[in-house]
Amino acid sequence: MLRSDVSPGRALPARAPSADDLVQLVTPDGVRHPDPVHDVVIADVDDEQLTDLYEDMVVVRRFDTEAVALQRQGQIGLWPPLLGQEAAQVGSARALRADDFVFTSYRENGVAYCRGAQPTDLVRVWRGTALTGWDPRSIGMATPQVMVGAQTLHATGYALGCAKDGVDSVAVAYFGDGATSKGDVHEAMVFAASLAAPVIFFCQNNQWAISEPVGLQAQRPIADRAPGMGIPSIRVDGNDVLAVLAATRIALDRARRGDGPTFIEAVTYRIGPHTTSDDPKRYVDAADEAQWAAKDPIARLERLLHARGALSDERASRITAKADAFATAMRDGCYGLTDPGPLGLFDDVFVERTPSLERQRSEHAAYLAMFEGGEE
Amino acid sequence: MATMTLVGALNSGLRRALDDDPTVVLLGEDIGRLGGVFRVTDGLQRDFGADRVMDAPLAEAGMMGVAVGLAYRGFRPVVEIQFDGFVYPALDQLVTQVARIHYRTAGAVRMPITVRIPYGGGIGAVEHHSESPEAYFAHTPGLRVVTCANPQDAHTMIRQAIACDDPVVFLEPKRRYWVKGEVDEDLALDPPLDRARVVVEGADVTLAAYGPLVVTARDAALAALDEGLSVEVVDLRSLAPLDLDTLEASVRKTGRLVVTHEAQRTGGLGAEIAASITDRCFDVLRAAPVRVTGFDTPYPASKVEDHFLPDLDRLLDAVDRVMGRAHSLTGWRAS
Repeated sequence: MLRSDVSPGRALPARAPSADDLVQLVTPDGVRHPDPVHDVVIADVDDEQLTDLYEDMVVVRRFDTEAVALQRQGQIGLWPPLLGQEAAQVGSARALRADDFVFTSYRENGVAYCRGAQPTDLVRVWRGTALTGWDPRSIGMATPQVMVGAQTLHATGYALGCAKDGVDSVAVAYFGDGATSKGDVHEAMVFAASLAAPVIFFCQNNQWAISEPVGLQAQRPIADRAPGMGIPSIRVDGNDVLAVLAATRIALDRARRGDGPTFIEAVTYRIGPHTTSDDPKRYVDAADEAQWAAKDPIARLERLLHARGALSDERASRITAKADAFATAMRDGCYGLTDPGPLGLFDDVFVERTPSLERQRSEHAAYLAMFEGGEE
Repeated sequence: MATMTLVGALNSGLRRALDDDPTVVLLGEDIGRLGGVFRVTDGLQRDFGADRVMDAPLAEAGMMGVAVGLAYRGFRPVVEIQFDGFVYPALDQLVTQVARIHYRTAGAVRMPITVRIPYGGGIGAVEHHSESPEAYFAHTPGLRVVTCANPQDAHTMIRQAIACDDPVVFLEPKRRYWVKGEVDEDLALDPPLDRARVVVEGADVTLAAYGPLVVTARDAALAALDEGLSVEVVDLRSLAPLDLDTLEASVRKTGRLVVTHEAQRTGGLGAEIAASITDRCFDVLRAAPVRVTGFDTPYPASKVEDHFLPDLDRLLDAVDRVMGRAHSLTGWRAS
């Protein structure tokens, strides 16, 4: 349900919203239950499209796992696994059009996949051969942001630009529960609300900011913050790809109609570590983890598809083969990434190299030339 | 050609930029109906609409981050920071985003953002309204930092800054806002944005200044003439990158360098200039370069700011020092 208790005369709900307020269309057991409010926006989603969403999630999990292996094998320096968040990322990203634009944090590799990032592009930054995996405009996705929450402002600005251009493209900001403590995120929401920016604030509440539980960031459901700023919000089961798709479509529709921003809190769980450098055993309760594992987004959709007889063995094996092929391409691409030359680091500081940078570059080139073999 | 105040010259420059390029948008606090607290944007919202001259919520980080998004979309945002001391909340977005998105994206995404900041002291203001934060920006790779000292440069340089495809921090010397001068809106004869300019020719000492102190430096050069000293004044104009070639040519002629700024001394532009010129001109220097700057204190209460700010006498004193003359006030003599 869209919560928009923004009129000054309306009191806040007396109690914190419970799980009842969570939009869920498919239960963890894989049972699809009717929802008169949200069913209308996904009426077109047939078994074939559901299977496509399933395929996306399987591929994403497969390459995410491969990337962790690449890190363990020393091929990349770091990786932020998204294990458990596949539905939140795929369900939202698959609702978008090519002319929409997303500004994400570093964990949204599932979103990048849906936007069209190539296998090698996903590991370029983590291998340290470049600071971006792709040309942002080529896939409608900014270089994933390392500074927590900073991208929410960029999405808001981009959205304002769309409105100025008179097009109905939408910008989406992806961020986590930790980011909601940041000033940038609050400022972005103020700008977006006051200027009616066609932007979606898509918060994946995965319960953790490295070791800090969401309770340290928010004493009430995160989705509750937005109405106070004049932004309607939706709290959705982030492990239910269909519910996430529905929520995102509602938000997109509002934005395209000129009704301004929407805040979505996708309630999910980071099953793995913050990054491959993290050790969640120091702070995660095993019981919690088991409870969330039972809500797995892929298993639940698989149960639904099987119950409907929509996932043949043949299709399932094709999906596995596609996932394996993508992961293999990523691994091969990773091996093939070569180090940039030392003088390349002087490029692109400015559109044209300044005299002082030219001087530093020449000096360094001359220094390197003193060694046998020149700059290499 | 028309006579304008520096504020008026900026206003006409912004107006021309808005006229010339539909992607130019202005964003700032109180820049709309009020025309900005210094009236630099006076009348622009009326003439170009609230869609292009936008009053922003009171959030500097927000303005800077929103400008990034607008630039991603293909706009040329011009952000007004109301006072120098209010830029610090925006430093994060400026340093971690604006300055390096072009580098981060290997040149795929340009950030043609202009950040206008009234800066410097001398107006009897309360705290956070008299600062000179240029060294923070100049230290940040990817930012161009420029400042104007007269109405003609104000007009020319703001248009050049907005047309520039790199992010530009545009520092406006607020105590010279009401200085009048002739302004030609035809830019054909003006130097590029990144060039310094010799504004007084001389033979004995090079005096490098920028922004609000260029006027002071010219006055010092005039006063020095009375004592038979020929001081060359270089208006640096661009603080990042520095036009060291122009400065080097001057010092090769004079053999002596005094550099001045209102900003605190340690880690300031003067240190970088003194080091670079020493590096380039060691063979011709006849004295160690001297810095005349604000002190390494926070900007003081306004009743004592005249002690903090470099003035005519402190500049002349420094000229005497590099000339090895008897100290003008204390009799100190360079050994």
